[in-house]
Amino acid sequence: MSEKVLMKGNEALAEAAIIAGCRHYFAYPITPQNEIPAYMALRMPMVEGTFLQAESEIASINMVYGASAAGARVMTSSSSPGISLKQEGISYLAGAELPAVIVNMMRGGPGLGNIAGSQADYFQATKGGGHGDYHIIVLAPGNVQELADLTIRAFDLADEYRIPVMILGDGFLGQMSEPLVLPKPTGKKFDKSSWALSGAKGRDHHIVYSLRLTPEHALEELNIRLQERYAAISEKEILFDTYRADDAEFLLVAFGTSSRLCRNAVNILRKEGIKAGLFRPITLWPFPYDELEKAAEKVRMVLSVEMNAGQMIEDIRLALGKDKDIQSYGKMGGVVPEVDEIVEKVRSYGTR
Amino acid sequence: MAQDNAKLVYDRPEALVDRAHHYCPGCGHGIIHKLLAEIIDDAGIRENTIIVAPVGCSVLAYFYLNVDGCEAAHGRAPAVATGIKRVHGNSKHVLVYQGDGDLLAIGTAETIHAANRGENLTIIFVNNAIYGMTGGQMAPTSLAEQKTKTSPYGRKVADFGQPIRACEMINTLEAPVFIERCAVNSVKNILKTKKALKKAVKNQVEGRGYSFVEILSMCPTGWGIKPVDALKWVEDAMIPYYPLGNFRDR
Repeated sequence: MSEKVLMKGNEALAEAAIIAGCRHYFAYPITPQNEIPAYMALRMPMVEGTFLQAESEIASINMVYGASAAGARVMTSSSSPGISLKQEGISYLAGAELPAVIVNMMRGGPGLGNIAGSQADYFQATKGGGHGDYHIIVLAPGNVQELADLTIRAFDLADEYRIPVMILGDGFLGQMSEPLVLPKPTGKKFDKSSWALSGAKGRDHHIVYSLRLTPEHALEELNIRLQERYAAISEKEILFDTYRADDAEFLLVAFGTSSRLCRNAVNILRKEGIKAGLFRPITLWPFPYDELEKAAEKVRMVLSVEMNAGQMIEDIRLALGKDKDIQSYGKMGGVVPEVDEIVEKVRSYGTR
Repeated sequence: MAQDNAKLVYDRPEALVDRAHHYCPGCGHGIIHKLLAEIIDDAGIRENTIIVAPVGCSVLAYFYLNVDGCEAAHGRAPAVATGIKRVHGNSKHVLVYQGDGDLLAIGTAETIHAANRGENLTIIFVNNAIYGMTGGQMAPTSLAEQKTKTSPYGRKVADFGQPIRACEMINTLEAPVFIERCAVNSVKNILKTKKALKKAVKNQVEGRGYSFVEILSMCPTGWGIKPVDALKWVEDAMIPYYPLGNFRDR
């Protein structure tokens, strides 16, 4: 059996990336994810990989684009303001159908905001972020073990679908230390020889591009292909978790750090005899609409608990429609929801 | 009809795709593409070369050169090339083709830092003192008093500053091994350009480091003058401000 180790979230993620075969990492410093570049600066030379501190977030995402075009497994990481700067590059990755893993350890916003953990980039991550009709896969881990496990999965998903994958954590998850068993590589192989740039030896030249001006390279054709791919991903790659939700009358819906608080709230409420449960989306895009609908079928009330003004609640409404009573409890500006307040919200509703 | 004793003295380079390009009459890109293709053929590196194309008129360079190609977002070509190069190491040769808006306005940071890291790249900087693709706006290299779509009264240096000299700026950095400014407005200058490009490619193949070749080029459409007059404008207006010559050859 593999041994448990105690690691910070950011470091567990970085080590998992190396386990997944990532040998190229480009980034720019920003709090609260600085443990990732520091770890990569230390580790990459040991595995003959590349660590490059770029001149900007913009340069780093474009280095990711180049390395991906060359066929490598590649990652960058940042936090909210830095991710905003990377959006142009993410749109280009999507348009050129390039795989990449992008980490956002979210902090409070808008603007420079603060350096506390936050979930305020839900819209940016799940609704496109940059320009054009595209999606990226968004994975939202709830603990350090899952952060490491999903990092492995992120690289496989990126390569399988030729799509950027974002790991959407927050400053708290990145900074907290928890025991985990480091994941093993999946060993899946992905053949990139039909498109990667490796020199036109004995074949036609490959071109990685997203400019499409002529009928022979029609933009609409690319868009249709992307949408078909998104539909396949939505069909096959949904991840979610439930906690004491089977007989729940009150369903909390939360992802990442806020879902940890919700588990505590559910336990307290259950002790009082109030049937509370938790639904936790793990893929935020694709969002588990059908799964949530099923989980919420018999509940009296749904409470969306987020570290933002209430962003995921829009997807909850899409899943559940107008008939269900959907309440929001959000804390903004890097403030964490209080377990007591979550409990009180449900308790007061339950005794109405 | 070919005679039995006919000798092939001129042919399309293998590295140049047999298709019509989209460049305007009198534009310098076609000349520069062909020089590159000849150099790639001569060096025997076609199968190991990757070109990074910028945003600008030359974005479609990857359709014309028969090597692997990669499009870069506006100004980001040196960063994209860095990513490619760090994956392949010196087994692949990465040519970075950029215009003046790309290299000296939106992509200045990427330009400076790739040069400062001494990335083993060949930068081909085509300076035609204007934004050609978007219809003739002022570039960072547009000359003082030059009239463009966005400087209809002429470039006022009090408002927009003096045009930037790229070679001189790169020449302040320690890492680059080769820096030269050339032009393609005459046969003599084209031959000198070919020589500089050849050296810049050779440096990369030999793993010597960062080479930067600036090429003064014509944009008669953007400048609103005849192609023949454009050749003269490079000579009379551009070269006095952007002196030709080698700045560094280590």
